[in-house]
Amino acid sequence: MSDKKPISSVNDFVVRFANVNGSGSASANEMFARAILRHGVPVSPRNIFPSNIQGLPTWYEVRVTEAGHLGARGGVDMMVAMNPQTWDKDVAGIEPGGYLFYDSTKPMPSTKFRDDITVIGVPLTAITNSTYTDPRQRQLFKNIIYLGALSALLDMDPKLVEQLIGEQYKGKEKLLSSNVHALHLGRDWALQNLKCPIGLRVKKSDKVGDRIFIEGNSAAALGAVYGGATVCAWYPITPSSSVAEAFTAHCKKYRHDPETGKAKYAIVQGEDELASIGIVIGASWNGARAFTATSGPGISLMTEFIGLSYFAEIPAVIMNIQRAGPSTGMPTRTQQCDIIACAYASHGDTKHVLLFPEDPAEAFEFAAAAFDLAERLQTTIFLMLDLDIGMNHRLCRPLKWDDARQYDRGKVMTAEMLEEGRDFGRYLDVDGDGIPYRTYPGTHPTKGSYFTRGTSRDRYARYSEEGSVYADNMQRLMRKFETAQDLVPRPLQANAERPTKFGVIYFGSTSPAMDEAIGLLEARGHQLDRLRIRAFPFHSSVASFLAEHDFVYVVEQNRDSQLRQLIVNENGIDPVRLVPIVHYDGTPITARFIAKAIGDHQDHLKVTPLRKAVS
Amino acid sequence: MTYIAKPKFHHPGLKPNELGYTRRDYEGKISTLCAGCGHDSITASIIEACYELSIEPHRVAKISGIGCSSKTPDYFLGNSHGFNSVHGRMPSVLTGANLANRDLIYLGVSGDGDSASIGFGQFAHSIRRGVNMTYIVENNGVYGLTKGQFSATADRGSKSKKGVTNTDNAIDLVAIALQLGATFVARSFSGDKTQLVPLIAAAIRHKGASFIDVISPCIAFNNHAGSTKSFDYVREHNDAVNRLDVLVGRDPIAVDYAPGTVQVVEQHDGSKVALRKIDADYDPHDRLGAQTFLARHAARGQIVTGLLYVDPEAEDLHEHLNTVETPLNTLEADTLCPGSAVLDKINASLR
Repeated sequence: MSDKKPISSVNDFVVRFANVNGSGSASANEMFARAILRHGVPVSPRNIFPSNIQGLPTWYEVRVTEAGHLGARGGVDMMVAMNPQTWDKDVAGIEPGGYLFYDSTKPMPSTKFRDDITVIGVPLTAITNSTYTDPRQRQLFKNIIYLGALSALLDMDPKLVEQLIGEQYKGKEKLLSSNVHALHLGRDWALQNLKCPIGLRVKKSDKVGDRIFIEGNSAAALGAVYGGATVCAWYPITPSSSVAEAFTAHCKKYRHDPETGKAKYAIVQGEDELASIGIVIGASWNGARAFTATSGPGISLMTEFIGLSYFAEIPAVIMNIQRAGPSTGMPTRTQQCDIIACAYASHGDTKHVLLFPEDPAEAFEFAAAAFDLAERLQTTIFLMLDLDIGMNHRLCRPLKWDDARQYDRGKVMTAEMLEEGRDFGRYLDVDGDGIPYRTYPGTHPTKGSYFTRGTSRDRYARYSEEGSVYADNMQRLMRKFETAQDLVPRPLQANAERPTKFGVIYFGSTSPAMDEAIGLLEARGHQLDRLRIRAFPFHSSVASFLAEHDFVYVVEQNRDSQLRQLIVNENGIDPVRLVPIVHYDGTPITARFIAKAIGDHQDHLKVTPLRKAVS
Repeated sequence: MTYIAKPKFHHPGLKPNELGYTRRDYEGKISTLCAGCGHDSITASIIEACYELSIEPHRVAKISGIGCSSKTPDYFLGNSHGFNSVHGRMPSVLTGANLANRDLIYLGVSGDGDSASIGFGQFAHSIRRGVNMTYIVENNGVYGLTKGQFSATADRGSKSKKGVTNTDNAIDLVAIALQLGATFVARSFSGDKTQLVPLIAAAIRHKGASFIDVISPCIAFNNHAGSTKSFDYVREHNDAVNRLDVLVGRDPIAVDYAPGTVQVVEQHDGSKVALRKIDADYDPHDRLGAQTFLARHAARGQIVTGLLYVDPEAEDLHEHLNTVETPLNTLEADTLCPGSAVLDKINASLR
């Protein structure tokens, strides 16, 4: 042990579990995170997993954060090193003064350790093998045994862990008692053989409040249920598959007729993404609320249909759970890299509405809102999540629903309206907002039918290749897009305490890291006004924000600063005033990264006395 | 030519059907296809079948992909909603539409390029799923709208108008539909209204995935020797082969032949197609038998037409998904939204 003092911290540290995927560690690790939550201490867990089913390295990181910083922090205070494959890298990644927890059944050469960390060996395999004979049991209970040992080392209340086990195995008494037994095997061994607790400790608090712990994909799927989606067509792709799976699970619970048992929904696993979006467009054309969930490669495949949705004006909701591209990219790593691809998807002049939820609560709200927007605007609405929000449990405010809320089904001309003699032109702008009326198929025996096509046509849906007719329609589509500006969620602005010429724009999953970074930057003396963009097209307040600041940082998780490109392009402003802050290695952006990147820029912008500069 | 308004007057003696509609009520805009095109004969048969079935014209949704055949829904059932969607993607659009409202009749119109090439996957999967639809392929073995390239149903050895020989094997959509579990499978010829009209009517009435492959000669790009899609054809030389840029309007080909016989039909271009009418004692409830029958006759270069297979007890996708009888597109928040009380419980379970 060197002079480096062991880290001492209560309710503010990062534990990382290094496991082999397929070893059953995920549920034990998640239980660890939930147990800390039950202490009233916020946690922010992240699964770092391979595109593989069994045998490759996987990590689960739990940030324990009484202050409620839910972004990734960076660095590891305690490594639970259960994977020999990644041992060296895992050990190297521990902060000086940190802790290494490992299975000490087999002796390890001293060169495999570091002298500036505290090494905690627990003979997990030996304990497991002396208690269990079945190989699968050995593997699963080993995870619970380390959970027990950690509970002792971190001073956790074992009753809270037991309570969780009780909830998980409710009605399965045998599994329940054997899991509790395994928990205590580990806990007792640690209490008897190790100095407990260590410097890192969990202490009961009251900082969780009424917040809930949910994955963004599940919340978005629930938003689709509440938002009235009846048709879901999808094709499996990481990290979006769990949206459709969660939608299926939610529908099974909440969408069956109590009397007949019949389903008030239809879910089809398409043969590919083209079929999925085709089914969505067919269903929406016919008046149902329909959506698909996909990721980057799926978006690429869907673009022809997205253009049809734009041009023929058919509602569609696409949930894009972004992952690192291009091509297959890093399927299990997070990025915000499909901004341009979605904003301008498909050939020809197109523009699409994008929604950027920051967490599961907004994913729920925006998902439900997406169906109203799609029908109001008769076009595709993208719900832009990413793997970080979608596939990780995130602490967020409880989901809310107003029972008085009705669905906005948009401008639909009914049989009665047609009977009254209302003029129906499918592409006729009667209200000046660029949004025409549509009719559902089968509405009226002689009125209101029209031929939907991706080719150009006049205001009454009659085929036309006349230049003026085509241009008229394209201009109306622009008017409609302008209408959208005021319908989509507005940006949220938070100003610094003192007036400043510097601003920062961010969106989506960057949110918690940005909030935390502001504190770090303030500590360095940098004041920044913040604008969180929540949708495209940009509301006029984005232009105002740009006008009010000399320099605006645009923080995002892609290489090419895509949101910045979109802002420059749509607002026609001098790009020099928009400073890109980009993070794109596939890991979630951290407050440390943002604070350093912006802080360094700010320092450069400061006028430095010449003498000081040359000294 | 859609800019030409179709005259609204009709013969006062036109007989109304049970619902009081005349044939004219089932017509659409004037066709823009080449005069004499087989597809127009199919359009006429669709009109006839819908008239005879006394379908309310507006209760049909006509969905197509891209291509000559996919333009035809504009030419029939003018009071129905039509959707000329994306190349090869009619089946998925139709599937979605069907899921949204199970009460309408779904007519999918496609071509051999649309269904056997770019949309082969969607064709297959919509059949597999048992979508309640009538799926008609207007099969001319050629890409007409892009001027004469081979389609995937063109037989090996057949020649394009430029004299290129097709070296790829042909896809027989009927054989594939049978294999994939379509519950109504038929083939016909555009010129054989006597056979085609009842087939379309029966297909519309069938609950489940109905598939009809309709051989439909292309007078513009199949108008030359060697273009007979390699049936066991007998081809005769035709002068018109060398004057392809001049399209001469002709009367549509019409045939009428007795069951159990082989009929050699002369196409516009002078080539001949052997159409075998199914025997009167043929059992259309035997899928395996149908596949064997089809293969046996294909080996002889004969194209089997008629109703090849039907499962009268078929289930459709809605039954597989156990969806409510009420069309999904009519459900509103009161039945779809679980409400705030349920959400409170969900929140509580997430702590």
